Amino acid sequence: MQHGYTPEMLEQIKRVEASRPERLAESQAGKAFQAMSMDQRDEVLNAYHPDYTEEGRRALGIGANKGEVYPEELVDLLESRSFIEGVEVDLSKPDIETDVLVIGGGGAGTACALTAAQAGLNVIVSTKLRHGDSNTVMAEGGIQGADQEPDSPYFHYLDVIGGGHFKNDRGLVAAMTNDAPLIIEWLESLGMMFDKHPDGRMQVRHGGGTSRKRMHSAGDMTGAEIMRVLRDESRDHKDKIKVLEFSPAVELLMDENGRCAGAILNNIETATYQVVKAKSVVIATGGTGRLHYRGFACTNHYGATGDGLVMAYRAGAKLGYMESVQYHPTGTAFPEQNVGLLVTEKVRGLGGQLLNIEGEQFVFPLEPRDVESAAIIRECVGRKKGVRTPTGRLGVWLDSPLIDQLHGAGTVERELPAKYIQFKRFGIDIAKVPMLIYPTLHYQNGGITIDDKSQTTIPGLYAAGETTGGVHGHNRLMGNSLLDILVFGRRAALAAVAAIEAGDLPGAANLNHLTTYADELEAANLDRGIKSPMILPNYATDEIRAHRWNVDSPVI
Amino acid sequence: METSSQDKPMMTGDRTIPPEGARYITIYIMGQAYEIPETLTILKALEFAGFQYKRGCGCRGGICGACGTFYRKEGDHTLFTGLACQTVAEDGMILAQLPFFPANRADHAGVDMDLSPDEQINTLYPEIFRCVGCGTCTRTCPMDIDVMGYIAHFKRGDVARGAKTSFDCIMCGLCVSRCPANISQMNVAMAGRRIYAAQMMPRSEATKSRADQVREGRYEPALAELAQMSKEELKELYVGREREPDLSKPGEWMPADTTNL
Repeated sequence: MQHGYTPEMLEQIKRVEASRPERLAESQAGKAFQAMSMDQRDEVLNAYHPDYTEEGRRALGIGANKGEVYPEELVDLLESRSFIEGVEVDLSKPDIETDVLVIGGGGAGTACALTAAQAGLNVIVSTKLRHGDSNTVMAEGGIQGADQEPDSPYFHYLDVIGGGHFKNDRGLVAAMTNDAPLIIEWLESLGMMFDKHPDGRMQVRHGGGTSRKRMHSAGDMTGAEIMRVLRDESRDHKDKIKVLEFSPAVELLMDENGRCAGAILNNIETATYQVVKAKSVVIATGGTGRLHYRGFACTNHYGATGDGLVMAYRAGAKLGYMESVQYHPTGTAFPEQNVGLLVTEKVRGLGGQLLNIEGEQFVFPLEPRDVESAAIIRECVGRKKGVRTPTGRLGVWLDSPLIDQLHGAGTVERELPAKYIQFKRFGIDIAKVPMLIYPTLHYQNGGITIDDKSQTTIPGLYAAGETTGGVHGHNRLMGNSLLDILVFGRRAALAAVAAIEAGDLPGAANLNHLTTYADELEAANLDRGIKSPMILPNYATDEIRAHRWNVDSPVI
Repeated sequence: METSSQDKPMMTGDRTIPPEGARYITIYIMGQAYEIPETLTILKALEFAGFQYKRGCGCRGGICGACGTFYRKEGDHTLFTGLACQTVAEDGMILAQLPFFPANRADHAGVDMDLSPDEQINTLYPEIFRCVGCGTCTRTCPMDIDVMGYIAHFKRGDVARGAKTSFDCIMCGLCVSRCPANISQMNVAMAGRRIYAAQMMPRSEATKSRADQVREGRYEPALAELAQMSKEELKELYVGREREPDLSKPGEWMPADTTNL
């Protein structure tokens, strides 16, 4: 068992401590490390960001986005067959009929369910794990919303679109930034414990790439607080919202006009299937971190396997921006037990600085995330000034003790309680010693294409949250995903309400699209026997796999 | 078939790299012995042993409450608790996870809003007055929360303190499973925090007035104008933004250009 840093690492930390008094004085004088120009940003991105290199990517050979180049792990998953293809099932007798079927029980799905229920609709929420098991709970640092006097949705829009390299879907950016103050107000009214000043004013901070302080937080568990409040609220609406846990959707139902008509759910505990007919279907299944592109560690929840992407793509939905993946600059590199786990950007928002093995700053701490990540990779790989761990990983220092010196003793423990505990368990007091960090797979910028009403390219099918692509362009700023999920979750519900009011209903359901897709796969000679969606990752070792003998077990 | 991502061991992305010459230890998962390399967390030890989680695994980062675990060590009478994703497996550890535990949750919708915040909590969860003060909940909490303390704050009517003391709760339910008074502490705390935040914390005036402005459609013309701009025009606006100083005082700093506020 490991207890804290090794003696060698403690020796290296002395260089961080040696440079700290000077750095502290500079910070107090308002002096910061020079931020990069637009050209410098392009230079470091092109040379060091994983999205900008060819390795580990290939062209997708099937479907609406055929020819686009994506990470291989994703292409494998999309070039696959359904595991219920060819099964005889009477779809005319659904097990459940409902107004709205929400696939995914995280922040986007729950916001959608609450909004639909408030409008009087009946909602089924299907989720493969527990209600609330999602990346939402892991978002630590905050949620953006331009609700302060020197700010407005206009400036929020500029920050989002500049951070996204001007590639963002502008309609989505306008929707998100304009709704943001409404979302903050909604969360406040539901009883979310925002960090506030005594008079009720929100405590707001900068995040990477923001021009105004608009990062709202609840300690360093902002996402967890949002999720538990939304989940708790939904439990007060049991008459309208029925949550089916451990019951992921595995395939969408379509009608003969190509409109979505429901989904097949799989109870993974009893290994049984249910047919759900729904007037509207909303995909809110989150991201794909658990595909571990290029073997990168990830910050994501156990369930982040991109199931909604696969189902929607097989049904013909268009995807967008899938070539763009966000690596969070500060994933834990030490201790081993925490590798890949997120260290919130709030650490840098509070004044924490990044330092190389010499204890020198090498980058402005709040560049947009992709630029910051590329700069860290450059420092370690290009300039060879990273710190090596006993297991051979690389990292740079994140000087958290500086925060206490800037804002007073106890700030780290008070403002970053979850992170403080997480490191303390392994004998590291982040108020006294820096953290070692390295970029980690964090967020899927791309996803299912939607419009500003959360409508996908398939009638009757909506999508919200990380499973969609466009609003963040090629790079998401901190605090905009907690916002995105709630804005478009609510908008999906409002669109479902409007569709029902307009009498837009699905016809008889079928699964013909599975055969069509399988035929196209075979014709393109891409059928490698892969079945999807993945539902859960499989971390079995080679030895365990060998002992499973590749036979159908009599026990499910 | 061999090339698919599902058939490749995906341990590369989420694997602990055991140090060279790693020592193997024996742990007992629900009584059954397994050999695993030391330094793994309980969660990764189970996966190494061949378990694929359905229940009992969530964020893998100590915040979701899915992997609450009880364990003993050989020859020690003490019952320990921890999160499987945050606790390092030790030689001789005998463990079982608690992926679910029945808890009482009172429906808030029926509560009389004329009651004071503390009376609302007492109405929803009168069983808190059965607390025998044994402190088992506090000793059980994997987040080191003073669980008995916050129940006492709610009993005394100090809703603010109860809410703040319970803030780090991840709702794993370990305390609930051990309470001799049958209190579902995590749900009491959840109600307490929401009542405190919604009814007792002062509301943010700036948020309210900005939300009103949004509802009035104040920003729609400016946003529509941005939608029509070329990338170069947007770039120019982006580069020219004034950045609020890091150490600006709350509610005091205003930009020189106030046209789009």
